[in-house]
Amino acid sequence: MAEYKIKVRRFQPESGEGPYWEQFDVDLDPSLSVLDGLLQAKDKEDGSLAVRCSCRAAICGSCGMKINGQSGLGCKTQIGEAQEQANKMKAATGVTAAEASSPIGAQAPEAQDAVRATGQEEAEQSGSRTREAGREISGDDERVRPEAEEAAPIIIEPMGNMPVIKDLITDMESTHWTKIRRVTPWLLPHGEAPEREYVVEPESMIDITQSMACIQCGACVSSCLSMEADPDFIGPAALAKAYRFVGDPRDAETAERLHDLAEDPHGIYDCTHCFSCIDACPKGVAPMDQIMRLRRKAGEEGIEDPNSGHDHEIAFVKIIEKKGTLDESLLLQESFAPGFKGKLKPNRRAIREMIGSIPIAIRGIKTGKMRSLRKLIPGVHHKLPDQDDVKAIYRHAEEHNEELNLYIRGEESDDAQPDGAAAEEVTNG
Amino acid sequence: MPSHDVLVIGAGLAGQRAALAAAEEGVSVGIISKVHPVRSHSNAAQGGINAALNPGDSWESHAFDTIKGSDYLSDQDAVEIMTREAPEEILHLEHLGVTFHRNEEGKLGTRAFGGASAARTYYVADITGQAIMHVLYEQLMKYSEQIARYEEWFCSSLALDENGECCGVVTRNVADGQMELFTAKSVILCTGGNGQVWRPTTNALICTGDGIAMAYRAGAKLMDMEMIQYHPTTLAGKGFLITEGARGEGAHLLNANGERFMEKYAPNKMELASRDVVSRAEQTEINEGRGFPDGTVALDITVVPKKRVHEALREIVLVGRDFAGVDITREPIHIKPGNHYTMGGVKTDVDGRTDIPGLYAAGEAACVSVHGGNRLGANSLLDTLIFGKRSGRDAAARAKRNDYSRTSKQVLEDEEALVADLMSREKGSGRRISEIKLELGQTMDGKVAVFRDEAGIQEALEIVKRLKEEAKTAYIDDHGSVFNQDLIAAIELGYMLDNAECTCVAALERKESRGAQYRTDYPERNDTDWLKHIDLERTDDGPELSYSEVTITQWEPQERTY
Repeated sequence: MAEYKIKVRRFQPESGEGPYWEQFDVDLDPSLSVLDGLLQAKDKEDGSLAVRCSCRAAICGSCGMKINGQSGLGCKTQIGEAQEQANKMKAATGVTAAEASSPIGAQAPEAQDAVRATGQEEAEQSGSRTREAGREISGDDERVRPEAEEAAPIIIEPMGNMPVIKDLITDMESTHWTKIRRVTPWLLPHGEAPEREYVVEPESMIDITQSMACIQCGACVSSCLSMEADPDFIGPAALAKAYRFVGDPRDAETAERLHDLAEDPHGIYDCTHCFSCIDACPKGVAPMDQIMRLRRKAGEEGIEDPNSGHDHEIAFVKIIEKKGTLDESLLLQESFAPGFKGKLKPNRRAIREMIGSIPIAIRGIKTGKMRSLRKLIPGVHHKLPDQDDVKAIYRHAEEHNEELNLYIRGEESDDAQPDGAAAEEVTNG
Repeated sequence: MPSHDVLVIGAGLAGQRAALAAAEEGVSVGIISKVHPVRSHSNAAQGGINAALNPGDSWESHAFDTIKGSDYLSDQDAVEIMTREAPEEILHLEHLGVTFHRNEEGKLGTRAFGGASAARTYYVADITGQAIMHVLYEQLMKYSEQIARYEEWFCSSLALDENGECCGVVTRNVADGQMELFTAKSVILCTGGNGQVWRPTTNALICTGDGIAMAYRAGAKLMDMEMIQYHPTTLAGKGFLITEGARGEGAHLLNANGERFMEKYAPNKMELASRDVVSRAEQTEINEGRGFPDGTVALDITVVPKKRVHEALREIVLVGRDFAGVDITREPIHIKPGNHYTMGGVKTDVDGRTDIPGLYAAGEAACVSVHGGNRLGANSLLDTLIFGKRSGRDAAARAKRNDYSRTSKQVLEDEEALVADLMSREKGSGRRISEIKLELGQTMDGKVAVFRDEAGIQEALEIVKRLKEEAKTAYIDDHGSVFNQDLIAAIELGYMLDNAECTCVAALERKESRGAQYRTDYPERNDTDWLKHIDLERTDDGPELSYSEVTITQWEPQERTY
């Protein structure tokens, strides 16, 4: 057993007051979860502390929350680890996660004055805490040298990108579920179902099982930086759900789905590739990976990517194949006008984009990011002298045309043993 | 006052399947759930779902395994229906989009499971329940015009009309505290089991036996309430489930001396004997000093090929890592028997009909009875789907025949008065709800678990009766309307206490050992006196006992060995 201080960002909608921080002292085994800590506070001290929870085992997806600023599940985060993280954050920055996190009045700015602080630090900062304030605090001598023996409180907040209803309970319906319904989240097969099962590649089912593993907890939505900038972004959870159908060979509307998701300005190209959702996801769904798969499929479908991402990727692969190293000038040209050396067929858009990028190139040279003017001229960049190894890598990749799916393979396994199908035959016998 | 032809309470697999089946019949359907439907506990069913779908397999074989597993307490007509309809249901789910595991030919593949004479368990990695439930929820979204969803509405009391027929339910919108009487021509209870009565348990915090208690209070009979399954492989302390699929994939059980002890208890089926058998074997090893100091034995998954573990037991890899700090691909994990499943429940016929006209029950809340004294692994998902479907259809047919009955608002007013009373209790006026729950859970786990005897059960019953008194003055902290979880917990405590009392009374009554009921004072099965169900009906003085016949069609009871 160990003692922990958990500091919860609370909001009681019927009190007429704004959100406030409240600290609870709990006493439990470090291997138990942050949710266990919250439930202890609720059971012993204040039954009005509201948190959705059910399974306690990271299956039901109820207890999405921010712990020390990081979105995840309360039941899956060990309280001992959360404490270490809180201490590290305090030691590194001199501020607690609470001070560094979003301003307390975000959901109810008019009520900032009502911030009710329980700790001394908060009393000093009452009503004026913002990100900026947090940074200022770090310049304060006292904060720079936190007393090592004093543990920082574990900071618990409701999920982001969603309205807060009460304490840690957010309105998932208006954000998360509305977006899920946006992607036509049900199978659309062609014609009559077969008499028996649909016969499909075994790998295809395992492939979409990664997105089926999603428990709709909202942690990815909470952490999504794109959604912070564009609240209409369909978002990581709903797009991962969309891949579950796009990747399903039984679904007959693949092209329609891809066009729909690609042509929506808040669709698959609205993701900025920041990896936050992958970090936040408690189930290894890796929503961003699913979004990238959707983009790749859209590219294969001939859908024009407004960011030229798909062409960029292909250009990248082709250039390295040719030269063994990256020729940035070619990359630009190839990304906008696919074709290679001499076979350049620039379309109107490519020319527009190339001209549009000249100022960026000049800025690059001015600031020293681009060192050699010569490198601006396509084709001047040197080739890697010995390219046999590069060619071998390409050959290997083509022969083993499979996607690296960590969900299926786990960590690199010592794999000289019978595979699943063989094991199944054994048990069948 | 919302009205629907068919009202489904609970939105796990049974509830969602019932709602979809009723909607297919063209009636208006409402589905109410105290949590968002995808939070329901069907999620936790990891291993798979049984069906005799392979050419070499037969429904008779599946039925026999189920009946033998039940220690001959299941009703064989119901088991026949479930096992006959299973293959069609699997194909239906596959067509809806469930991503079932495929064999090399791209067809549905199976895994082995406990108590089964063939590998007939269909699965999605070890998230089968979750995968099926999310696909059914996709269908609920698809048919949102036919099926109204009331997500996060809590039900507290069934409404009966002047003829004693069920005509609705009192609900509370959790989001704003508004209370309403919903009316219906048929009501289906799909509220799941009562695992929270025990602590620890593999069950979610929401599994508080709501529907069982509501039906009991309304006058419906309960059946087989003494039959509570302890799952052989749960994490010590926390009660988390390690799927039987692990043993299905070949994992061994070892005692502290490293012996594969199941050789002594079930030389043929070994780790894949019925759950009651394996749980008793483990508890015996532990009680006789061959367990580990933390009161456990070990589950050794390292004998399963690593790739297969990552592919088929991924969830367990995560549970081991996140909740026990163990890499199950490298070392054994400590486990023990833990509360898992309610075989008993609201007594129904094969179409889900209870003793109260218009009231149906399906899934873990119901007792058809297909599981009898012990449920086989991977039969629970099947039970929810088959009898969910059948209840939905019959409830729709009944709704088509009948008009709405005149409902009195009395039940709503009574319920409002009850809530007002709870809200008015002063802090410190009695015990905290959480204290009573803890004492209840520990009492039941201590005295009404794998091994039972008269003195222990009697003691538990006395404690439950005392706790019922204490609950009358227990207070809550939250007096608000919005998400008042404190208030809901207090009502759930009442449900749990009714469930506990019924289990104790039935366990005391059954003076034999059968399935999950093992009486150390009556260690033998006694078919002469006890091949019968125990039924319970509510009176002001507690549950009143009666008996009903076990339906036997073609499988005469025999000695049960594995």
